[in-house]
Amino acid sequence: MAEARLKTDLRDRVGEAETPHSHVVSFGPDKPLKLDAGVELSPLQIAYQTYGTLNAARSNAVLICHALTGDQHVANLHPVTGKPGWWETMVGPGKPIDTDRYFAICPNVVGACMGTTGPASINVRTGRPYGLEFPVVTIRDIVRAQAMLLDHLEIDSLFAVAGGSMGGMQVLQWAASYPDRVFAALPIACATRHSAQNIAFHEVGRQAVMADPDWRDGRYLAEGTNPRRGLAVARMAAHITYLSDAALHRKFGRRFQDRANPTFSFDADFEVESYLRHQGSSFVERFDANSYLYLTRAMDYFDLAADYGGILAEAFRGTKTRFCVISFTSDWLFPTVESRAIVHALNASSARVSFAEIVTDKGHDAFLLDEPELFAIVRGFLGSAGAARGLPG
Amino acid sequence: MLNRPQRDLTMANTARAPGAARVDHLVVAEMVAPGSRVLDVGCGDGELLRLLELRGVDGRGIELSREGVNDSVAKGLAVIQGDADTDLADYPDDAFDYVILSQTLQATRKPREVVEHMLRIGRHAVVSFPNFGHWKIRLKLLFGGQMPRTNNLPETWYATPNIHFCTIKDFRQLCGTVGAKMEKAVALNAWGKPLRLPAPWWFWNLIGEQAVFLLSRRK
Repeated sequence: MAEARLKTDLRDRVGEAETPHSHVVSFGPDKPLKLDAGVELSPLQIAYQTYGTLNAARSNAVLICHALTGDQHVANLHPVTGKPGWWETMVGPGKPIDTDRYFAICPNVVGACMGTTGPASINVRTGRPYGLEFPVVTIRDIVRAQAMLLDHLEIDSLFAVAGGSMGGMQVLQWAASYPDRVFAALPIACATRHSAQNIAFHEVGRQAVMADPDWRDGRYLAEGTNPRRGLAVARMAAHITYLSDAALHRKFGRRFQDRANPTFSFDADFEVESYLRHQGSSFVERFDANSYLYLTRAMDYFDLAADYGGILAEAFRGTKTRFCVISFTSDWLFPTVESRAIVHALNASSARVSFAEIVTDKGHDAFLLDEPELFAIVRGFLGSAGAARGLPG
Repeated sequence: MLNRPQRDLTMANTARAPGAARVDHLVVAEMVAPGSRVLDVGCGDGELLRLLELRGVDGRGIELSREGVNDSVAKGLAVIQGDADTDLADYPDDAFDYVILSQTLQATRKPREVVEHMLRIGRHAVVSFPNFGHWKIRLKLLFGGQMPRTNNLPETWYATPNIHFCTIKDFRQLCGTVGAKMEKAVALNAWGKPLRLPAPWWFWNLIGEQAVFLLSRRK
């Protein structure tokens, strides 16, 4: 029974990686994706969702960049989990990223597992899923692939690029790599480089995956296993970093789960344990373990200043893009000081920049949650940028 | 420190129709050439910036209070959270045409350094401040024997964020010390209206409740 379910999971996930419930564009051998690793990725498939309508001037497109474990299903029911999209509070008709005004596009990133080419995709040269034969990709590669998608959609200039966490890194990379294609940039809860602490947390997650015997050196899809436990542990550890001490205490305290007393065992006695186990086990239903390795690596390698001689301001020199940088007080994964460094560099480049720190105890995940102040700021920023862009009000 | 305690000048607010700009803001705005680049230090809720942008100015703001910043950003203004005493040092030379410090000077820890940075970052500086040399304030200290409190400056000495009050005479002296050239100076009455009569400095220092100075770097 468990075996049968496992096989179904795998088929579902490989299925979503190959034939997703999304728009798909494929780039053949004539249009390879040139990777920072020095190799080319081809063929390349990009899966993406869109919301709203592209105007006649093609000037109202908003690119939404998803985070590490997110995907392109921003504002629709998720085809695997059946749950609402991850940013339904932010994106939709009348929402801050108002799809009555803007045309929102969210592609699945390269290396992920929801339809854009990644380690769970079939390698046409072997007929098997890539696994570890997939080349290591960077945030810059991810953004380069997104630019190929926009070229295909004939969108020369984006009205805005928005995203949180790894999505925010993509926003910054977009502003640096394609300044003339980005009118407004909204990097939220992110940084221009991954800190040693963040790399360390990612390494814990990767080691958990690779320590699972079912990982099979990355060949689990071909061998019919699934490193569920390893990936679940990775997710549990990471999930703690997305919250805050105060939020965990507020939500769970030391309360017991469905029991009045401790069981003197290693059951999930505490509510917080039960919650984390649930987070871990539901995550493995929708995410590919190798994708987790590749995308955490992409974040680790991100260091925008390093690409510009160590001077961050050079990344934004002469930029015409308007920026709105947002951080959260209780985010210790991407603390406010990281956002200040972005603002400092933008000021030194004389960029038009707004910066707001929002008071919340919800930690890093606050960018995904119901934060009225966040919504008001995004709405106001896009509204005024829209007026400057000549979009109808 | 920059949450601009005098922003809601009770009387200044009465000196305008609802929705209209504050008179002291208009005085500041008149000193700024249209189309120029402006940094408003301690921009509060962004009201002055908005007025300037309506006049075609490319405006940026720094504000210490989170509420002020978030209000401003939600209005679509380019405002960042920051502190005049520490963050001006991060701005490059000549980044702006004007740097404005409206009703904030007296709340900074190091007013001299702040004015020096303003003149380094901008070609011009516009500074407005409450004049502690006003006759009412002098009389209050002389006869009351206590730290003066007025309608515009209502806080007690222990609660006020205003730690560096000065008079018009004091500020003129500071301009000399930092090598600033005074291009324009206007004294305002309690309602924020400019006193248009020609008068010597000592007289302005006695009857001006506020003052606005336009400065530039001495070559």
